[in-house]
Amino acid sequence: MSLDKDTVARIARLARLKVPEEELAPLAGELSGILAWIEQLNEVDTANVEPLASVSDVTLPMREDKVTDGGIAEKVLANAPGGAVHIDPTDRNAGGFFTVPKVVE
Amino acid sequence: MAALTDLTLAELSQAMARKEASAVEVADAHLAKLDEHRALNAFITETPDRARDMARASDARRAQGEAGLLEGVPLAIKDLFCTEGVQTTAGSNILKGFVPPYESTVTANLWKAGAVMVGKSNLDEFAMGSSNMTSHFGGVENPWKRRGDNRKLVPGGSSGGSAAAVAAFMVPGSTGTDTGGSIRQPAAFCGIVGLKPTYGRCSRWGVVAFASSLDQPGPFARTVEDSAILLQAMSGHDPKDSTSAPMPVPDFAAATRNPDVRGLRVGIPGEYRVDGASPEIVTLWERGIEMLKAAGATAVEVSLPHTKYALPAYYIVAPAECSSNLARYDGVRYGLRVPGRDLTEMYENTRAAGFGKEVRRRVMIGTYVLSAGYYDAYYKKAQQIRALIARDFRQAFEKCDVLLTPTAPTAAFAAGERMDDPVTMYLNDMFTIPASMAGLPGISVPAGLDKDGLPLGLQLIGRAFDEETMLKAAAALEKAAAFKGRPAGY
Repeated sequence: MSLDKDTVARIARLARLKVPEEELAPLAGELSGILAWIEQLNEVDTANVEPLASVSDVTLPMREDKVTDGGIAEKVLANAPGGAVHIDPTDRNAGGFFTVPKVVE
Repeated sequence: MAALTDLTLAELSQAMARKEASAVEVADAHLAKLDEHRALNAFITETPDRARDMARASDARRAQGEAGLLEGVPLAIKDLFCTEGVQTTAGSNILKGFVPPYESTVTANLWKAGAVMVGKSNLDEFAMGSSNMTSHFGGVENPWKRRGDNRKLVPGGSSGGSAAAVAAFMVPGSTGTDTGGSIRQPAAFCGIVGLKPTYGRCSRWGVVAFASSLDQPGPFARTVEDSAILLQAMSGHDPKDSTSAPMPVPDFAAATRNPDVRGLRVGIPGEYRVDGASPEIVTLWERGIEMLKAAGATAVEVSLPHTKYALPAYYIVAPAECSSNLARYDGVRYGLRVPGRDLTEMYENTRAAGFGKEVRRRVMIGTYVLSAGYYDAYYKKAQQIRALIARDFRQAFEKCDVLLTPTAPTAAFAAGERMDDPVTMYLNDMFTIPASMAGLPGISVPAGLDKDGLPLGLQLIGRAFDEETMLKAAAALEKAAAFKGRPAGY
C-alpha cells in the first residue's frame, strides 16, 4: 500500500498533527515503506483465527460501586498549561476549570 | 572492602545490615558517580536532595529495627514512571515540566521496600526507540566502547539511561519498561541483566502509557539475583490496573540462589537462526546451549513458526495503541501548549511541536491502520497473528520449560548508524518482540564479549507467571558464562 501526499495530509489531520506541506512527500515515502514491510503479514492464512486483544487471561474485575477518591481539584489542575480557574479561591479543592481558547463565537 | 559502588545490590544490602555503611554513605557514593559520569546523559532529572532525605529516613528506620527488602538501596527510575513532586517527562518535549501529583504503583512499592531514588533516567521519547536517540533530552552514551575505537555507542533503548546508569556503576539497579524489548535489548548492549516480567506481574498504574497491551515494567541490575530481588519489590496485584494479575508474589531471589538445572528442558527455537544476526551472536548462542547442557539441562529443538511475523504485527499493534494513548496530549490539561487560531489548530500546533519525529511517525501509522476501512486489514489481522504467535509458544512449552535465544541481533552500534531507515532500526527487536506479543517473561543475561570487546546477551523466555524457572536457568547461565566484563574507565 503506497500512500500519497493527500492521504498523509488526511491522516495528519485525523491525528491532530500539523505537518508542513514540504514534509508531506518525504513522510508519504517513509510511511509507505513501513506499510510495504508490514504487507508480508498477508502471507499468513488467518481465516478462522480469533483475534487476540489481550494476553491477560484475567477477566475484568468488578468492584463495589462507590466513590474511592475525589476532592483533589487542586492536584488535578496543578499542571494546567493555560492556567486554571478555581471556583472558590479560598478552597482550591472545591472545584475549578481548565482554560482553553474561545471555542464559541 | 570494595568501593560501595562496586557492590551488587545484594552485597550492598548486607553491608548496610552489618552497619558497615549507612544509607546516607551509600547514597553519597552513588551520587558522586552521577557527578563523575554526567557526560553519559543517563539522567533527565537528578534528585540528590531527595536521595539524601530518603537515605536519612532509611537509616532512621534501620535504627528502629525496621528494614525493607531494598532498605537504603539507591535506584534510578526510568523517566516514564510518575513520581510525585518530581518532573516526569517520558523523554518528550510535550511533558517537559510536568510534575505528577501522584506516584506510580511500582515506584511506591520500591519506596515502601526502603529504596532511595537518585534520579529519573533518560529514555527514547515515550519509550519508542531502540537506541535512546529519540529522547528530546538528547541521546545516552553507552559506557562501553569498541576496543581501539573512540566512537560513542548507543546504550540501546528505550530504557537506555536506566541500563547505562547500572553499567557505569552509578546505581546497583534501576527500573525500565519493556514493550517490545526496551529492557532486554539495552541490558544486552550494556552488559547487564534486564528482566521483562510476565504481562500483568507489575502494575502499569502511573507509568506513562505507550502500548497498553504490551507495556510491562521490570528491573535492571548487574546480577540475576539482584534483578530477582528488585522484581520481588516491584511486583504485586494492583486494583488500580485492571490488567494487573491477582497472583501471589513468589520469593524470586530464592529461585536464583540454587541454580540447579538438572533435568530442565531448554527449548531452542530454530526460527531464531536468521540472516541478519551477527555470526558472533550465533556462536555465543551455541555456547550458551552447551553451558546449560553441561549444567545438566537438556536442549530440545522447538518450532515457533510465526516468529518472522511478530515484528511486522507489532508495528501495527504498538502504533495503533500509541496513537490512542497519545491522544490525551492536547495542550489542555497538562504539558506543552502551543497557541493556534482556534482549538483544533492549538491541538495540531501543540502536538507537532511536542512530539519528536519517531513519535509522530508512529502516531500517524497507528491513526492510519485504525482509520475507517483499514481496521480489518491491519489491526484485526495483526491481532490474529498475535494469537498464532501465542499459540506457537504454548505448543513449544509443551516440550520445554524455558527457551534460550539471543537477545539482540548485534552488539551496540554507534550513534548515527542505522538511523536512515526506520525498518532497519525496528529489526533490533526481532528476538525480543515475539515474547512481548505473547505476554511472556524474558530476561537478558550478559554472556560474553564480541571481537571488539563489546558485551553480548542471551535471552531466556519463560512460561507466563513462571519467572522462577526462567530465573533459575538465568542464574545457571550467569554462573557458567562467568561474565566479568567491565567498561573501561568505569
